[in-house]
Amino acid sequence: MRIRLRAKKVNRSVWGNIAVFTMLALTAAFMGLPLLFVISNAFKPLNEFYLYPPRFFPQNWTLTNFKNLFIQLSNSWVPITRYLFNTVFITIVGTTAHVFFASLAAYALAKHNFPGKKIIFTSIVMSLMFTSNTLGIAQYIILSKLGLIDSQFSIIALNIGAALGLFLMKQFMEGVPDSLLESARMDGASELRVFWQIAMPSVKPATLTLIILQVQGLWYNTGSSFLYSEQLKTLPVALSQIMQGGIAFGGMGAAAMLIIISVPILVFVINQANVVRTFTTSGIKE
Amino acid sequence: MASSINAGVNLANTAKPRFTFREKLSWTWASMKENKLSYLFVAPYYLLFFTFTILPVIISMLLSFTYYNILEMPKFTGWENYINLFTEDDVFLIAVRNTFVFAFVTGPLSYFMCLIFAWFINELSPKIRAVLTLIFYAPSISGSAYMIWAIAFSGDSNGYVNGFLMRNGFISEPITWFQNPKYMLGIIMAVQLWLSLGAGFLSMIAGLQSIDDTYYEAAAVDGIKNRFQELWYVTLPMMRPQLMFAAVMQIAASFAAGDICAQLAGFPSVDYAAHTVVLHMQDYGNIRFEMGYASAIATILFLSMLLTNKVVQNLLRKVGE
Repeated sequence: MRIRLRAKKVNRSVWGNIAVFTMLALTAAFMGLPLLFVISNAFKPLNEFYLYPPRFFPQNWTLTNFKNLFIQLSNSWVPITRYLFNTVFITIVGTTAHVFFASLAAYALAKHNFPGKKIIFTSIVMSLMFTSNTLGIAQYIILSKLGLIDSQFSIIALNIGAALGLFLMKQFMEGVPDSLLESARMDGASELRVFWQIAMPSVKPATLTLIILQVQGLWYNTGSSFLYSEQLKTLPVALSQIMQGGIAFGGMGAAAMLIIISVPILVFVINQANVVRTFTTSGIKE
Repeated sequence: MASSINAGVNLANTAKPRFTFREKLSWTWASMKENKLSYLFVAPYYLLFFTFTILPVIISMLLSFTYYNILEMPKFTGWENYINLFTEDDVFLIAVRNTFVFAFVTGPLSYFMCLIFAWFINELSPKIRAVLTLIFYAPSISGSAYMIWAIAFSGDSNGYVNGFLMRNGFISEPITWFQNPKYMLGIIMAVQLWLSLGAGFLSMIAGLQSIDDTYYEAAAVDGIKNRFQELWYVTLPMMRPQLMFAAVMQIAASFAAGDICAQLAGFPSVDYAAHTVVLHMQDYGNIRFEMGYASAIATILFLSMLLTNKVVQNLLRKVGE
């Protein structure tokens, strides 16, 4: 039996709450600037775009930028839906595979005991502190030996083995009570089942956060030096080509920018709203 | 498990204090066979991680002892790259100084920002929380949004900051913010702080949501009086794993600053006042194609981050005591 006290929180004073809200509101005004900037730019007419001194908000809001963008895109040599499909494919497959395999490994590293687990985990955390600049050449050579250059699986394979997701999931898996897992094992659940049906739901806030980070990383992925064929290139590449088209394309670029960041933002808002209490410990005596 | 403990006791009694390597190996092997499933769980992820991260890191470290210009085979040169870095390369020493100033100011500050804002935001209802988190995270999600600070701090009288200062009579001449070594690094550090509510911040929010309310209720019964005591004695010890995660993230972000400096202050910056170790590495790796030298820089940066991380993780163990 749990009694919900959260509606009236313990240990909170009214003045403290007022101070917290004031501080949050002030900082939020500052942090929200880039979003406002991207939005207002997308609706700016071209003649206001290069006004000097620059203006933050447009005087005449317009949809011309979006119209021009769609006309431009429909004239493109490779259909824009191709780029869109590539990005959606990389994002969905990459995110799903990484979340599953990183969580599975994180579960074993956090909740099993086996020789070498310390070295494995330490090597992953340490790798986060090696700046990636000098790794590119070796990665390219390895990918080409595996025959993955100019294939979307190069991006996906690199992404599955990313260190950040495993580290995040392992830290949260540690908080899952052993008693909870043990009682499931007593009931005869297989280890894979314990992982999927007990451990994963308990770390839902972490999974949702990891999905946000993954979608963000993959959605903006340009395929860097691993993708060459025009048919394989991603949406950010197609749109940045438009943005580099020159001054006349400034407005379209801003519209493209707004469209491209709206997907990660949508995923972010949906996931964040679902990052809510998980109650793993309810009814369990440690 | 029990049998190996017994074996240990027996061996200790028979005046044979050490286990031979062969014995240890056979126990480890037995234990590995017993835990086949664990390896199976870790394998798919770790194989890819090893192939695309560990292997390249090892290759990069080996290259740091060579002269390698990508076109020809690497030539072994011993410690030469490292010796040159510290004895011949004045710009590297400037970069080291800037990077350390940058890391030791923005690292801790950004870490506390993550914690404090996550803690405040956690008090709100899920919907408001999602919106506020988005606003706070906005600088990280909107790509190169920090370029609006290049407009704000533009060096002529039309830049927002110069315009404001001149209208109100603080200055009579516009200040060239990103060309003046006096202001450059300071402004870039401020922009970095503005950008710093990233993965660490999100993990803290998720971590706070994973703490069960019953702990707070129990703490209130035990005599915790205000929100600060609650934070120190209940919340922080409960979210130690997230604190450690965020620490690694902020260390990596603050030591690896580079692009932001180049974008705002130009590359190279005036008097190298905003030159960082990562920029120095990119200079040699991407422009001069001296990969051996660049790898030596990467290795030194790696070692300083490891050392910092060690110190920080030890401090974090004391939280809540």
